[in-house]
Amino acid sequence: MIVLDLTINGRLVRVQVAPLTRLLDFLREHQKLTGTKEGCGEGECGACTVLVDGLPVVSCLVPMGQLDGAAVTTVEGLTAVGDPGLQRLQEALLDAGGTQCGICTPGIVVTAHALLDARSRPTLEEIRDALAGNICRCTGYTAIYEAVRRAAEPVP
Amino acid sequence: MTSPVRWTRPQSLRHALQVMAAEPSVVPIAGGTDLMVLLALGDLRAGHLLDLWPLGELRGIDAAPDQTVIGALTTYRELATHPAVVERHPALVQAARLSGAWAIQNRGTLGGNLANASPAADSPPALLAYGARLELVSVRGSRWVDYADFHLGYKRTARAGDELIARIALAQPPGPATHFYRKVGTRKAQAISKVCLAGLAPLSDGRLGDVRLALGAVAPTVVLARQTAAYLNGRRVPEIDRVAARAILEAEIAPIDDLRSSAWYRRRVAGNLFEQFLDAIQHR
Repeated sequence: MIVLDLTINGRLVRVQVAPLTRLLDFLREHQKLTGTKEGCGEGECGACTVLVDGLPVVSCLVPMGQLDGAAVTTVEGLTAVGDPGLQRLQEALLDAGGTQCGICTPGIVVTAHALLDARSRPTLEEIRDALAGNICRCTGYTAIYEAVRRAAEPVP
Repeated sequence: MTSPVRWTRPQSLRHALQVMAAEPSVVPIAGGTDLMVLLALGDLRAGHLLDLWPLGELRGIDAAPDQTVIGALTTYRELATHPAVVERHPALVQAARLSGAWAIQNRGTLGGNLANASPAADSPPALLAYGARLELVSVRGSRWVDYADFHLGYKRTARAGDELIARIALAQPPGPATHFYRKVGTRKAQAISKVCLAGLAPLSDGRLGDVRLALGAVAPTVVLARQTAAYLNGRRVPEIDRVAARAILEAEIAPIDDLRSSAWYRRRVAGNLFEQFLDAIQHR
């Protein structure tokens, strides 16, 4: 077991944890942050995407041992900020029909949020590229891309 | 869930190398995008992990006039967005952009990719095409090896048990040249290659010279297609006999049937990618 100090959704925590514990398991089981979903567990599907120091990562492939001093943001953390851009993204996903079963949706919201932070008006190609690792088996991708495009439109 | 394992977070590269020297069975971990998959599959056999991620000494890209030197812990994303790499080594940028997707590219490192030594990895063909050299470091010192001599066989490399990959150096490509990279997988994004091909074709006084052509997933290691390059070297572009050149390429690779593809398909696609490389040379 090792002792780590890290920030989870803006809250500093000190934890004692086995170093190879997956960030995904730590979030869901230790922190009870179940917004982050497990899909494949092999880094292929993107359902477990969270931000580490502002960058999207698949939390199933990040061992806790590497997170001392890191800042982790989950889908719950985006909401807590009360970010109007996030509200628009979530509403756009609903309006465009970009969510069905919902397993992939938190990962898509986290990835799209990071994209919109980096590029205020991403092109379709940039949206496709950013979301290439977030696999959806329900809606297909057209509605999801459309939702991200709408969320990026200037507020009237 | 996880079995007890020792975890060392070194204070410095020197400290990391001392651990490597003292305990040859220690497993270094960089971004974890390969090792954590093994863990998920129950195949990670490591009692002691050495965490390289905090080692700033292995990060950063130095773009000198004559060469680009890339720290082994450089992530694919850092590689793909670095202005000097984008300008000088577009085939490597393309490889980095096609290695997993964004979330993988933020963790996966170039050094980790080389140490993992998968014959189907995306960046090695581009590194071979650019004539990369690797710096291997240990408590015994530092040595540079040609990347073309690094892979000894399937998952076997020239890295000694106490060594770490520190840096990857790419010479500045000479003058006008065609840079080519294409990978074919089951899906455009986030798929492991069935075949990939990288090529660098410098043109001088209307003739090709120092052509380097490399393929992934067609042999036990990533390979240079030396005979095909030898055929192209010294020729003017209109003199290239495509049928003959393609036949040389298809004869010098050794693809296999496996779960991702068949030998027949891989040889055929390798030939097709080679012709696309020739197209790119012609239309440059």
